[in-house]
Amino acid sequence: MTFILIGVNHNSAPVEVRERLAIPESRLAEAITRLAHFPGVEEGMILSTCNRVELIANIADSSVDLRGFLREYFETDTDSLAGHLYEYREQEAMRHIFRVAASLDSMIVGEPQVLGQVKAAYAVACGVGALHSQLHALISRAFAVAKRVRTETAIGSSAVSVASAAVDLATQIFGSLAGKHIYLVGAGKMSELAARHLIAGGAEAIFVANRTHARALVLAEKFQGTAIHFEELYETADRADIVITSTGSPCAIFRREHGERFLHRRKNRPMFFIDIAVPRDVDPEMNKVDGIFVYDIDDLQAVVSANVASREREAARAHEIIEAELQRFITRLQTQEVAPTIISLQEHLENIRQAELDRARGRLGKLTPEQESAVEALTRGIINKVLHTPITALKNAAGDAESNTVIDHVRRIFNLNPRNITSGRLNSGNSESQGLGAKSPDSKSGTAKRIPMGRPRDKQEEPLREEEKKATPS
Amino acid sequence: MPLLWLRVALVFYGLGLVYALLALARKAESLAKVTMPALWLGLTFHFVSLAELTLEQGHLTPSTVHHSESLLAFLIAAVFLAFWVKYKTVSPGIFVFPLVFMLTLAASIGQQPQEFTSPLLRKGWIFVHVTLIFLGYAALFLSFVASMLYLVQERRLKSKNMGKWLRLPPLQVIDEIGYRSLLLGFPFMTLGLIAGAIVAQEQFGAGFFRDPKIALSIMVWVIYMVLLFTRWTAGWRGRRAAFLSTFAFIAAVGTWAANYLSGTHRFLGP
Repeated sequence: MTFILIGVNHNSAPVEVRERLAIPESRLAEAITRLAHFPGVEEGMILSTCNRVELIANIADSSVDLRGFLREYFETDTDSLAGHLYEYREQEAMRHIFRVAASLDSMIVGEPQVLGQVKAAYAVACGVGALHSQLHALISRAFAVAKRVRTETAIGSSAVSVASAAVDLATQIFGSLAGKHIYLVGAGKMSELAARHLIAGGAEAIFVANRTHARALVLAEKFQGTAIHFEELYETADRADIVITSTGSPCAIFRREHGERFLHRRKNRPMFFIDIAVPRDVDPEMNKVDGIFVYDIDDLQAVVSANVASREREAARAHEIIEAELQRFITRLQTQEVAPTIISLQEHLENIRQAELDRARGRLGKLTPEQESAVEALTRGIINKVLHTPITALKNAAGDAESNTVIDHVRRIFNLNPRNITSGRLNSGNSESQGLGAKSPDSKSGTAKRIPMGRPRDKQEEPLREEEKKATPS
Repeated sequence: MPLLWLRVALVFYGLGLVYALLALARKAESLAKVTMPALWLGLTFHFVSLAELTLEQGHLTPSTVHHSESLLAFLIAAVFLAFWVKYKTVSPGIFVFPLVFMLTLAASIGQQPQEFTSPLLRKGWIFVHVTLIFLGYAALFLSFVASMLYLVQERRLKSKNMGKWLRLPPLQVIDEIGYRSLLLGFPFMTLGLIAGAIVAQEQFGAGFFRDPKIALSIMVWVIYMVLLFTRWTAGWRGRRAAFLSTFAFIAAVGTWAANYLSGTHRFLGP
């Protein structure tokens, strides 16, 4: 078992690169399925948001290279990504996913959306059966860590959202926002948030256009604005001073010539485009039009440079929480590795004890309750004394490179069943703790003696838990 | 005495100048609070100086180059203050203060300059002409300053690098300041030119148009009219307006300097 994580984020790659790798929501399930079936990958999940695209997998042996998956999936050569891709393994991968979920790796540290996005990705991965015990446990833990960070530090409260950065910029352009018109193109969570902030800043009428008109209607009603049919977008957009775009369109919706036309109709009154979408909805060329100002998601980052000091302090505290949780998780993983052997060792000796007791009972005749308990205590005591050394040895070996050798020796000496999969399929997805429990001996097969598990997942996994279903993509 | 008051005013303008320089070096915060009170005081002393000078010479029209520099500085500072009262933005000061300071400095150097001896200056019309034109200059200078600030702020917004020094007013506010000062300056300049034309017609006859200063003045006036007109009809603003306004300002400076080429504006006695 090895965790591996590769990806790009807002720090490692500019938006031009990220948009090449972005996987739209509609294709995420398929992409995760393909990742889970990539040779050597046992479990996999993909997180694709406007600020990051990350692949995390539990791989059979450490030679697996997820770049191969990227090459295959995007039909691109990964050399061009070399400077932007980061790869983490094992502890680093775990730490990274904890940090991402806790919003420490976010463009705007502490912003709350990323947890929802991880949850959504997790739900999709569960839905296609791409998660089993290990990765499942890791992601579940990441949620718990994120929650802890949120409640125990002030990182969320001091977070400056992209939205307020947008408001700040709009003020730099327009001065007062009073009476300014806002146009929402695409009905995403982020754009809704930005619109809410702008309205709080005094902006007035709202227009909403969305490919699915019904969603436009819902959002327009929320803001008491006007829903506009997507086809009328170009005829109506010049009414807006501020345009917020967040559609899933693969190519730019607004291009330079549109901007020139809008400005002409507006008699050159300035327009401000806030492009939250990845891939971008507004052609960067548009920024060259006199009187039009285009800010994409990366540009907003630059604006959010203030307020850093207090967030850094909180981030340091959050970091401590994450390190502590990481150690706990690793310890649990390691004990999980030896736990099946310990249990079968205990069961084995207990069986011997019971068998010997049964045989001796006839010769002992009827015993008084006191005698009965004395015999019981005696036999148990012997077993525990005998077991003490091997169990200690196993526990000490947990996490070591030789843990498999120790496990094998113990099993051979005590003539335990070879590590098997008799306990059946993993109960992945049943509960957060189960994956970490000691009940899945098969999950821990060492690389040396791995019994091919085939791919018994995919379809026959149990259905999603309710709360996973509810995790809505954002 | 007028010279003393003028020098006191100069000290206060100097404070504004220090502010402007510090603003460029991003250290202006400490002075931001005293800059505008200093301008108020400077203007007050400047007014006293001008009033005394007027009483001394018995007529309103500036009688020396220094006197007219002093008047122009006063008017520019006053227009700037008026816009500050409305928009509360000190940013134009980084251009206004140096100019006001330089003009006042030139005016307060004691050396006696050439005096305008022409009896023309005793006429009321000429005072109207000079004051209106100067007011026009002052307002148009502010418009030019706004254009400069507009270009800077626009560049910052476009390049997505807001810069650390000097927080500028929002783009639209700068644009409005530029437009308002244009609106304010244009009528003054127009009326000033008309007043001048009346005097010149009476004094020099129909040929006064050929005078280089007058020709330049008319050109400046035309550029400003174009500026306003394109804004009203085609909505020209922003960069294009800023470039045009800069051009007009340069022409206006040329007009000011053309005194030495102009036969009609030397105001020397016969």
